[in-house]
Amino acid sequence: MKLKPEDLDKISEKMRASTVLREGAGRARITVHMGTCGIASGARKILKAFMDRLEESAAKDVILTTSGCAGLCSQEPMATVELKGEAPVKYIDLTEEKVKKIFSGHVMGGKIVTEYALALGSERIL
Amino acid sequence: MPRHRMHLMVCTGTGCVSNKSLGIKEALERELEKQSLQEEVRIITTGCNGFCANGPIVVAQPEGIFYQLLTEEDIPHLVEEHFLKGRPVEKLMYSPPEDESPIPKMKDIGFFGKQQLIALANRGIIDPENIDEYIGRDGYKALAKALTSMTPEEIIEEIKGSGLRGRGGAGFPTGRKWEFCRNAPGNAKYIICNCDEGDPGAFMDRSIMESDPHAVLEGMLIGARAIGAGHGFVYIRNEYPLALERLLKAMKQAGEYGLLGDDILGTEFSFDITINRGAGAFVCGEETSLIGSLESKLPEPRVRPPYPAISGYMGKPTNINNVETWSNIPHIVRRGAEWFSGIGTETSKGTKVFSLVGKVNNTGLVEVPMGISMREIIYDIGGGIPGNKKFKAVQTGGPSGGCIPESLLDIPVDYESLTKAGAIMGSGGMIVMDEETCMVEVARYFLSFTQEESCGKCTPCREGTRHMLNILENITRGKGEEKDLDLLERMGKLIKDTALCALGNTAPNPVITTIKHFRHEYEAHIRDQKCPARVCKELIRYYILEDRCNGCTLCARNCPSDTIRGERKEVHVIEQEKCIKCGICLSVCRFDAVRVE
Repeated sequence: MKLKPEDLDKISEKMRASTVLREGAGRARITVHMGTCGIASGARKILKAFMDRLEESAAKDVILTTSGCAGLCSQEPMATVELKGEAPVKYIDLTEEKVKKIFSGHVMGGKIVTEYALALGSERIL
Repeated sequence: MPRHRMHLMVCTGTGCVSNKSLGIKEALERELEKQSLQEEVRIITTGCNGFCANGPIVVAQPEGIFYQLLTEEDIPHLVEEHFLKGRPVEKLMYSPPEDESPIPKMKDIGFFGKQQLIALANRGIIDPENIDEYIGRDGYKALAKALTSMTPEEIIEEIKGSGLRGRGGAGFPTGRKWEFCRNAPGNAKYIICNCDEGDPGAFMDRSIMESDPHAVLEGMLIGARAIGAGHGFVYIRNEYPLALERLLKAMKQAGEYGLLGDDILGTEFSFDITINRGAGAFVCGEETSLIGSLESKLPEPRVRPPYPAISGYMGKPTNINNVETWSNIPHIVRRGAEWFSGIGTETSKGTKVFSLVGKVNNTGLVEVPMGISMREIIYDIGGGIPGNKKFKAVQTGGPSGGCIPESLLDIPVDYESLTKAGAIMGSGGMIVMDEETCMVEVARYFLSFTQEESCGKCTPCREGTRHMLNILENITRGKGEEKDLDLLERMGKLIKDTALCALGNTAPNPVITTIKHFRHEYEAHIRDQKCPARVCKELIRYYILEDRCNGCTLCARNCPSDTIRGERKEVHVIEQEKCIKCGICLSVCRFDAVRVE
């Protein structure tokens, strides 16, 4: 395919999800907690559900990542959603259904889904 | 393209590949599959990351976690702990020498923190073998801008305004060079990319070509448009197989996208590139020799003027720049002259890539703003001298450059300051030396290199360097004479003034600067027949301390020339007349009994 100048922007847009991920600078960041407790209570399914939502929405500026146990093992699977410039929100007892609502409501819509949220903010690291 | 939540940037620059990073990549593939993560985590092979001392390197994005010195055995644990469970593995991270605590994020490591990337902006971030990744980072947009909304004159004005100077050594203003060539009479014009990097210890052009070949191509395309050239050459050393392979792939992909060839980006501009592989002659880095080699003639320099801008390849106007210079061009055109000239010093704008090697903790490739001090490069980025040894000197500009002593470490790194200090910016080799380096031997080594590489066309270089080398060899053997130093200085100046090309003009620099800053070392060799750094073999002697030797026989068993005598549990003795001074006894002795004087 021979490119025209405007095609460069199209390729750039197509590559944007990759670029955002490599620069580590997305608009939103979702962290699924994947400690042994999280995995045992189904965190991998939750992660997969978030990945499917990402794929489906074609959102390019959302980073999905994992971290270890959040410390509240009884409420796993858990995930933290952090929009740029806002405090992180922890969601507990997740299911694939809840993931759908959190993704469309909070990650894409910017409104915290309070019914599934544990609390606002993260621990302070000293 | 399927989405992945994590990208593993595996360094596949030449340094990491020789440290088996391709085996790391395969192990990662295996383990990701074992944990069923292959749909979630993607492996990307990148060009040189820069921190070559600590390869093989993998950077895990989006967090930017830096893993180093990896072995295949580390991979199963790493994949399970971090890439599955999200717990970064501390023991595979970098810890600075003075501190035990590991630094997880690449951007927090001192080696990276002080660098500013323009020429290497895409290093470690894109797969150099995938043109879409380059375009994703605004690649070829400068070309589109240059072709659709700028006249050739405006492009040249932009480059002139940026203050960019040639990164190959001499530092001639790039915009003015382009203007000479554009204004030269004649229809057929050529441009050349000089990738015949020959200085010992310099590898920035190779790394740029390996990690971001499209940036070089885009720079050349913009230059060709500005100058009015329809054809270009890349002259690349045959010793750079990986750089060549990536360049060929880049050219093929650019051709398929209509970014090389006829009617580029749908405009009337056409440009094509021929690759020429160099056979490794140092003199081919000199522009007139390089052009001679392209024309299938003997690679010998010729008198300038006429400069290549007037009469170059096949007698036609030709513009030649090196890899790093070309790779700066797209950034300047896209972001503007003002942005670029805001970085650096009064006379030297932008950044410079250096290959930091020798007696320094963090050897590798660094890009820093002009004006940074040598001390910052060696201590803050380079992490200082290993083994608590004392710094002695740093050689910039390879065999054409000079040695800078401790007292000048705070001068700003720019073209003028380095020249004033007797060294040169050169192409950016930076060799750090500690107290165990003999400066006479350093001068002898560099001169033996240029002497061997002298093409022989002009007498000052062919004969002059040979005589200087003879004198230096005598001094390192303790056969120097008092008058030698004056003679070396006089001959050095004469060669600098009369040699035909830059190879000869600069060859005496290492000798002249070491005499200037380390005269006492020369005098110790000549007057006392002593080598203060204990390097010159004919001036040193290994011996065994009687009160420390317990007769373990380790030195005698390891001695390659069978010169150590002594029975088990008795003091050993080195037979001086047979000793070849290899120093193995010193390095194997566990009781600190072997000494050198």
